[in-house]
Amino acid sequence: MGFNVNSPVLYVLAGLIVAAVLAQSVYFLVKAWRRGVELGMSRDKLKRIAVTSAVFTVAPAVAIVISVITLAKDLGVPLPWLRLSVVGSMSYETIAATNAESAMGLTFGQVSSLTASQYVTIVCVMTVSIMVGIWLVPVVGKKLQSGMISMENRDKKWSDIFSSSMFIGMISAFLGYVFCDFSKVFAGDMSGLIPPLVLLVSALVMCLAGLAVKKLKWPWISDYALPVSLIAGMAAAIPITAWLG
Amino acid sequence: MKKKLSYMDSVHRDGRIWNLSVMVLLFAFPAAVAVIYRAMPDWHGFIMGLIATAPMYWAVAVVETFTYVPMLGAGGSYLSFVTGNISNLKLPVAINALEQADVKVNSEEGEIISTISIAVSSIVTTLIIILGVLLITPLTPVLNSPVLEPAFAQILPALFGGLGVAFISKNWKIAVAPVILMLVLFIAVPALNAGTVGIMVPVGVLFTLAVSRILYKKGLL
Repeated sequence: MGFNVNSPVLYVLAGLIVAAVLAQSVYFLVKAWRRGVELGMSRDKLKRIAVTSAVFTVAPAVAIVISVITLAKDLGVPLPWLRLSVVGSMSYETIAATNAESAMGLTFGQVSSLTASQYVTIVCVMTVSIMVGIWLVPVVGKKLQSGMISMENRDKKWSDIFSSSMFIGMISAFLGYVFCDFSKVFAGDMSGLIPPLVLLVSALVMCLAGLAVKKLKWPWISDYALPVSLIAGMAAAIPITAWLG
Repeated sequence: MKKKLSYMDSVHRDGRIWNLSVMVLLFAFPAAVAVIYRAMPDWHGFIMGLIATAPMYWAVAVVETFTYVPMLGAGGSYLSFVTGNISNLKLPVAINALEQADVKVNSEEGEIISTISIAVSSIVTTLIIILGVLLITPLTPVLNSPVLEPAFAQILPALFGGLGVAFISKNWKIAVAPVILMLVLFIAVPALNAGTVGIMVPVGVLFTLAVSRILYKKGLL
């Protein structure tokens, strides 16, 4: 059978795995929902969480579609579709594909066609390199969770501070990342200001939403504050980049 | 008589089965392609590609597992480590949902909220990607247009601006030191950039935990 990176067979194979992962998400959703109802959590509350999470996901998911389109130039559509639906990310897949292709004397971004052997090699490198998280969570997940629960039982206040601190530590790393090109400004390149200004717009929209909740007593706004601040920041990036880019 | 599993135990049992099954399926993809097209991998290319890629990602995956699992909860972890895009999507979604519901991830309510938010996010992401794949020809010029390109290039600043305000405003005493440290490091050290932010997450987490412990012991929290 002649090989093509966009062969219908590859779509079927990728589709079957994506369907299995979709089934896993549905399974855990139903399981958690039923347990929530059993515990007396209101269906309205659970529904609000689900709707907000869905709305919040749309813009980042569209960004993932763009990654699929970018990777499809070299690898065809089925492989990026599979990789970015399961476990992968744009940066990881690009690095893995670049390394595998260069090990076979190819240059990422300039590949016009792949043989079946080259394709299998690239997929193997991508798969083996990324698999640690999938098997390590089943191995250590329960122990880590038990540790967190026993900490909660020993000292509830410290346990609450501990989990808040983990979130803050992660957020602070990404806040720092937003400023990683800031030093370019000292060399006269104002493009380093673009990410901090986008962050500022998003933060201001979030502050306004917080004010509306407190002063105007519109609690429903808090459900959509984060997706709205995300979209506002992304929209602001267009004129800010045109101005400083 | 067979002992009835608790909810948490059943989540771990089901999560293990699902994750290990998905792992087998992921390995089945290249195996099936190899069998159908009678094509063996280029072993030299595979080994060299693996040496260039795997060590860093294996190390990052180990660190991410120990960092993210306590934040994601059990069900959320099993799902997130299968569906990917953790720091840029699944974790922010879970943080937002936990804030919205005013529960901690260590509680059973928190576990349920985190799992629901990550499951919904995974389903929506998968469906949007399927839609994108089906409509790839008409969508490509739109999504790759120079007008929209800056919006998608700045998705992380747009995400963490709002998330930062929501979370730091409620925990400002804990946040001051790590935010200052990360700003100084990322501005002063040129090697810190988009490629290394994943490594800085556990650094930020460990530093924040140390600061919080000191403040807690001194009765300042």
